[in-house]
Amino acid sequence: MTTLAPDLLPSVSTRPLPARTSVRAARRVGFKVVSAVLVLIAAASVTFFAQLVIPGDRATTILNLQNGREQKWSTAELAPVNDRFGFDHPLIAQYLDYVGGFFKGDLGTSYTQFRPVTSVIGAQIVPSLVLTIGALVVAWIIALVVTLVTVKRGRFVSGAGSSVEAFTASLPHYWVGVILLVVFAVKIPIFPVIGGDGLWGTVLPVLTLAIPLSGFLGQVTRDEFDKVLDQPFIVTARARGMGDTGIRLRHALRHAVLPAITLSGWALGALISGAVIAENIFGRPGIGQVLVTAVNTRDVPTVSGIVLVVAAVYIVANLLVDLAYALVDPRLRAS
Amino acid sequence: MTVAVSRKTPKHETSNERSREVTAGQPLLKVENLRVAFGNTEVVKGISFSAKAGRCLAIVGESGSGKSVTARTLVGLTGDGGRVESDRLELGGTDLRTLDERTWRGIRGNEIGFVLQDALLSLDQLRRVGDEVGEPLKLHGWGDRRSRPERVVELLDSVGVPEPEMRAKQRPYELSGGLRQRALIASAIALDPRLVIADEPTTALDVTVQAQVLDLLAASKERGTAIVLISHDLSVVARLADEVAVMRDGEIVEYGETSKVLRDPQHEYTRTLIDAVPSEHTRGIRLVRGTTPSAPRTRRPIDRGRPLLEGRHLTKVYRGPDGVDRTVVDDVSFELFAGETLGIVGESGSGKTTTARIALAMLEPEGGDVLLRGEPWTTLSVRERRPLRSRVGVVYQDPLSSFDPRWTVERILADALSRGPNPPSGAAARKERVVELLEKVGLGAHQLEAGPLRLSGGQRQRVAIARALAPEPEIIVCDEPVSALDVSVQAQVLDLLTDLQDDLGVSYVFISHDLGVIHHMSDRVLVMKDGKVVERGTADDIFTRPQDPYTQRLLTALPRLEQAS
Amino acid sequence: MTSVAILSPSVGLHSLARFRARPSTVFSLVIVALVLVAAVAPGLLASGTPTQIDLTNALAPPSWAHPFGTDEAGRDLLTRVIYGTRLSLGIGLGATGIAMSLALVFGFAAGLVGGVLDTVITRVLEVFFAFPALLAALLVIAIFGPSVKTSIVAVGIGSMPGYARMVRGQVINVKQAGYIEAAHALGHSRWKVIRRHLFPNAMRPLVAVMTLGVGQSIVWASSLAFLGLGVPPPSPEWGALLDAGRLYITTSWWLEILPGLVIVLVALAVTSLGRTMQHRLEGASR
Repeated sequence: MTTLAPDLLPSVSTRPLPARTSVRAARRVGFKVVSAVLVLIAAASVTFFAQLVIPGDRATTILNLQNGREQKWSTAELAPVNDRFGFDHPLIAQYLDYVGGFFKGDLGTSYTQFRPVTSVIGAQIVPSLVLTIGALVVAWIIALVVTLVTVKRGRFVSGAGSSVEAFTASLPHYWVGVILLVVFAVKIPIFPVIGGDGLWGTVLPVLTLAIPLSGFLGQVTRDEFDKVLDQPFIVTARARGMGDTGIRLRHALRHAVLPAITLSGWALGALISGAVIAENIFGRPGIGQVLVTAVNTRDVPTVSGIVLVVAAVYIVANLLVDLAYALVDPRLRAS
Repeated sequence: MTVAVSRKTPKHETSNERSREVTAGQPLLKVENLRVAFGNTEVVKGISFSAKAGRCLAIVGESGSGKSVTARTLVGLTGDGGRVESDRLELGGTDLRTLDERTWRGIRGNEIGFVLQDALLSLDQLRRVGDEVGEPLKLHGWGDRRSRPERVVELLDSVGVPEPEMRAKQRPYELSGGLRQRALIASAIALDPRLVIADEPTTALDVTVQAQVLDLLAASKERGTAIVLISHDLSVVARLADEVAVMRDGEIVEYGETSKVLRDPQHEYTRTLIDAVPSEHTRGIRLVRGTTPSAPRTRRPIDRGRPLLEGRHLTKVYRGPDGVDRTVVDDVSFELFAGETLGIVGESGSGKTTTARIALAMLEPEGGDVLLRGEPWTTLSVRERRPLRSRVGVVYQDPLSSFDPRWTVERILADALSRGPNPPSGAAARKERVVELLEKVGLGAHQLEAGPLRLSGGQRQRVAIARALAPEPEIIVCDEPVSALDVSVQAQVLDLLTDLQDDLGVSYVFISHDLGVIHHMSDRVLVMKDGKVVERGTADDIFTRPQDPYTQRLLTALPRLEQAS
Repeated sequence: MTSVAILSPSVGLHSLARFRARPSTVFSLVIVALVLVAAVAPGLLASGTPTQIDLTNALAPPSWAHPFGTDEAGRDLLTRVIYGTRLSLGIGLGATGIAMSLALVFGFAAGLVGGVLDTVITRVLEVFFAFPALLAALLVIAIFGPSVKTSIVAVGIGSMPGYARMVRGQVINVKQAGYIEAAHALGHSRWKVIRRHLFPNAMRPLVAVMTLGVGQSIVWASSLAFLGLGVPPPSPEWGALLDAGRLYITTSWWLEILPGLVIVLVALAVTSLGRTMQHRLEGASR
């Protein structure tokens, strides 16, 4: 393949689910789940490490942030902070505390707001997820339709389709969002400028995320489609009397979407990044606002928390994709 | 006679009940002056032939002859950008030239069945075998949802697939190569077409399986189907075809009854093709003969003192992804004497290539060792072995992947020369030696600048042989060196190898699945199956008086030129 | 399709002369050339200076005098964009440089050595993968504060896992190629084979990837700036321009959309070049 895509495939190997031994199959599934949990733990370790890496003493940093100035604090002033956050416990204890806490749903305490990160994030994650998943669905629909219609239909049409996909795939989210905002909310006031929670207000943000992703998915699917249509089994199908539409839908499609399915796990993560931007542009509620504020105020635990949650979503999503993949294509694959 | 083309006609009759509207021997497919061009290039330049019911016509040719394009044109699948013209193109009275796509779809699979090679590529791996076999039934409106699966099982059974109900639910990659190919044939004959076109149907198969598939096709022929067989393999053609058309460069150069053409070819190209087939009859003589009969080989005497290369009780075990151990090479021993060719023959999965790689010390065995001139070879450390590597060369099946794509021929050969006992010093000397090498393998100085992509298959293999020769080795391991080549090119390369052996006295370990090639090339032969050596002996012994039942089976299954009735 | 020049091994100018380009390639080359000129010698392309304030002409829409319009301080936007090229390109190149360097180290180590090291590195990469590039960048910025340097490092680290996996994949691919084994069979030492065969062949397609990467990095860096977390205004860096322009989206759309358009075009041009290079190399090495 010629795009960036295939090398972003998760490296969790897709081994076959053998037709008869369900014990072996269960073992494989279990192995993948355990693997995913380990990766989660590792991700939590990374975010823990991120909090250690902050330049300077953490208690000092917190007090500085609280009071809006930089100064040296006395031990007596630092003590309650150290106590509250547990900074004077041995590092191992802090680490285990953090990771264990993550699995229990506790993401630490915000440096600026002095309340649990989970309450800072709160229900804000939900609208972001809605946006993300909606965008994924819409992106898939666009990509599939465009690809199915334009692939291998003469140089002009398929070349045009390919170019359109390449173009949309390179569009930055903020640009698409701003253009959509300006054109469809300001100049031609169809949609509201400030997104809000309603369905109508979700359209533009979803499109903002979906358009670039559809270009990307489309590229990958199209490349694969092209390759598949040259395969001998397509000739066999034609020689049986199958027509073009049948070939595309019944035979080629299933093969062509395989790489894009694998990518969807990764795409989810990328979409969440985009959601941050889209929420920003359209003034939509979601973790975007929380995140940007947290970064601006150097509230590392909150940022870490959000990032970790997103990582968790990504890991779980990939696990599901991986398991689903084995159902769609149970072939032996050389890793 | 009109061809029933309506898709709505349900066909509930089985092939036994269906009345044949033509009697055997009547021409069913008539082609006159067929021309196919892509852009400005004419690929098929006006050929004429006919296929008769109950008879098989073989179209024989090498790559580039246009035979595959012809096959596809007969079902209207010439491909993008192809222009088809002919004076006549008829199937049982229907003019195929003026059909629109819709009518073609009614004919394909229904009146004409198409079988491609290698069912692993020619069947949809993501669909069940039953769905693939049943697809033509569904497309042409045969039966209904209940009767179709039954018919599929019947079809699989009729082509000899055991446990057809279970197999129908599996996917093609779960079946063995032979069963897959049968399933592919089943899907082609599902609607009992009057004409079956088979494009290299046995090429990817082992000899024994190939024989079974040919039997299947012969049975179909008995039932009155007309068969057009495309092949490059004259022995296969001899086994199955009644008439043969020899194609070269888009033209038919000879056309007639198989037995006559093979026994007494009129055209020199046909003669070349027949001569080029290696077998027991060609031992000791050149395959490329031209007009003058060539002199037999002048061989050097074989030194039967101490073996040059000796493998002792080699064992190689692989652990599969599911944790199961597979013994790929099981207690294999061999001896290679100076000046001789040791042939190792076996079907796929027999362990012959793995044995070769162990002999090359590119793979470490779990048990046993290999001695080179009586000294340790495989038991040495990598570093100790490196300076000795010049003694053993290798020629691979696919030369293209064995060349660095960025290097020129000159660089490839100069690099190999630097590993020999007398590496050339200075650019001028290097170039001279490289040209010398090229001439030894029948190429010239004008190939120096070429990259491997620009060379033909035969030329690449010659360069590969030159590279193997450069360090002046005593032994060359040839791993299927001609399997990917056209018959005539294969003949040239085999002749080159034998000439080099006569000139330089180099010994070969020659690996192949092709019994004819092995018989032609080898002095002694090892027959391998499932990792074990089942028989060993001189080539004549093995091929004329095989002891082991497996060897006997192999030889019975082998199609021969003389089989043409 | 117009002829694709197969890159014959005796490369150099000989084959470049036979290079017949498609319109999109020409277009991309022109844009990249413009970018390079703007980065190195902005004075050649722009007439004024980026800081020329003219409050009487503030927030003027695009016109012949000011093709990109003016901003709230009357500064010509086009000039600012041209002068911002150096910074933006620098960020893009810097981030890609960091990402590729790390990726090469990890990828080669994992692919070449294999075994346990490979497993460890692959798992580590998997963890990194779980953090989407932008969010990882945000995390770095939260820790170290926004600045040019942080932007570069943040985007570099965020994009590294993708490249690392690609490098590893390429190394493994090439490692299994026939000519590697053939070289070993001739008796060349392991290091020699790596140096002469493995490294050059593995790196070949990666050059194209790096080009793609520069475009991506520029986009990501500007995304950071858009959120107010990159280079701060009044720098003419493209992202900073986007950040500044946000206030005026509804009234003076050109302040936001035109710099964005420039970014998009540059990213597109670079990506297109990268893809073309990839196609050519893939065709040649088959």
